[in-house]
Amino acid sequence: MSRHGIPHNSWTSLSIRTGSLLYLAVMVILPLVALGVQAAEPGPWAFWNEFTNPFAWHALKLTFTTALAMVAINAITGTATAWVLVRYDFPGKGFMNALIDLPFAVPTVVTGIMLVALYGPTSTLGAIMGQSGFAVIYQVPGIILALLFVTYPFVIRSVQPVLYEMDRAEEEAAATLGADDWTIFWRVTLPTLWPAIVTGSALSFSRALGEFGSVVMVAGNRPLATKTGPMYIFGEIESGNRHGAMVVSVVLLTCSLGILIVLNRLQRRGDESHGR
Amino acid sequence: MVGKPRFGSLGRSLLILAVVGWFALLILVPSLALFRAAISGGVGAFWRALTSPEALTSFQLTIGITLIATVVNTVMGLLLALVLTRHRFPGQTFVDGLVDLPFAVSPIVAGLMLVVVYGPNGWLGIPLNAIGFQVVYAWPGMVLATIFVTLPFVVREVVPVLREFGVDQEEVAYTLGAGRWRTFRKVTWPSIRWGLAYGVTLTVARSLGEFGALLVVSGNILGRTQTTTLYVHDSIESFNTEGAYAASLALAAVSFILLIGMESLRRRVAIREGTE
Repeated sequence: MSRHGIPHNSWTSLSIRTGSLLYLAVMVILPLVALGVQAAEPGPWAFWNEFTNPFAWHALKLTFTTALAMVAINAITGTATAWVLVRYDFPGKGFMNALIDLPFAVPTVVTGIMLVALYGPTSTLGAIMGQSGFAVIYQVPGIILALLFVTYPFVIRSVQPVLYEMDRAEEEAAATLGADDWTIFWRVTLPTLWPAIVTGSALSFSRALGEFGSVVMVAGNRPLATKTGPMYIFGEIESGNRHGAMVVSVVLLTCSLGILIVLNRLQRRGDESHGR
Repeated sequence: MVGKPRFGSLGRSLLILAVVGWFALLILVPSLALFRAAISGGVGAFWRALTSPEALTSFQLTIGITLIATVVNTVMGLLLALVLTRHRFPGQTFVDGLVDLPFAVSPIVAGLMLVVVYGPNGWLGIPLNAIGFQVVYAWPGMVLATIFVTLPFVVREVVPVLREFGVDQEEVAYTLGAGRWRTFRKVTWPSIRWGLAYGVTLTVARSLGEFGALLVVSGNILGRTQTTTLYVHDSIESFNTEGAYAASLALAAVSFILLIGMESLRRRVAIREGTE
């Protein structure tokens, strides 16, 4: 392959390559294929029946609507947060910047416990909110809150580097030409930022589809009310309906994988058009 | 140009206030609520809950699983990163995407996949059971689940560093007769160690906090061996809230320390990339 370089056809290279690829095959491909094969085995009709079973359908619908609600909020707050962290100085900025990734470090179960400790029926705040009809825990808003917590860093960490590297010359040119701040933001800044916003949003959406640990703590597990897709899968495993669990798993997995593949393609195309 | 007045100074102050307020409300307040709830019964009660036999056993299991998963994924991740950047073989792009797959899989689905493969009727479960080796519903399954969900971290951190660093220096060293191992130790290793350390820290954080996949592979056995996250979950289910809060606070504290480590490592990686 290379003229003077390290030969990659030697015994050592070959065994490293074989070993690591075999590891990947056993750890990743095998479980994926096994799930796909066993979900499809009873035939397309059985698959369809499990998919459209009202309980599964509702759980999937809840997962998608809560994830969409989370993305709508995170896309805006995440962009604003990245903007403030890059463009402005204020006391406590370093502290905040260091803690942005906290949701990635904290175990999801602990996130759930935190929310229960704050908003749960036994806490002061939770009791007040419950009495005034704004109960969060064991309700749909609690699910959205948990999703907002666990996906908090995605949009921020995706937009921040773009803002750092952005050439301010265009914004300044627009200002010189008499454009007001909002026009500059909409016409100049946002068009540069939106691929990063979309990437961060898509990553957080994909993550939200599969979120379990935090949601199971705050959702209350009521079928046809607060039971999300992953909770439904777990429930079906527990009650012995493994095929139902596999069908919903395949649906969720296909969506998350689809998002990641599309993102990967877009990124690769973006890199090429930038001549990288 | 940081701090150049835009959006007027009132608008800017309001935006900063909104962003910091949202961060405080979403991330900080729940963290403090957990702290308060954990020590609400006094430090003595907190300490007793933290050092109960069940909690201590769960800490041991979590540390053990984390150690094994981290060692396996550090070694295999490093090899995979080397193969992906230094070797050339058919299907390389596919393998590159495959490494990220565990990120797209819900923890619950990951657990289900392992049950499908290694369970009593699984493709590998049948032969393994025949030789008396039980994977699912026992600790090897928990280790396997943790390895699965943390597989991408080390690869993802090391691959970009290796790409950036290039092969030139390695080839020079090799041509000068340094030998394969010495080339790695003296040339490659110094350039990747901080990226590797970052990936390892992410692996440890995720291993300590994994919950959904472990819940599925450990089965719903009364008095099952519990990792700390499972202990938190089961404590809530059995109304042992002191135990759940105490163990959660311990997990949160460890993840906080890991986060600080991650931040300083990230700065080192950034400095390294900036100066070279």
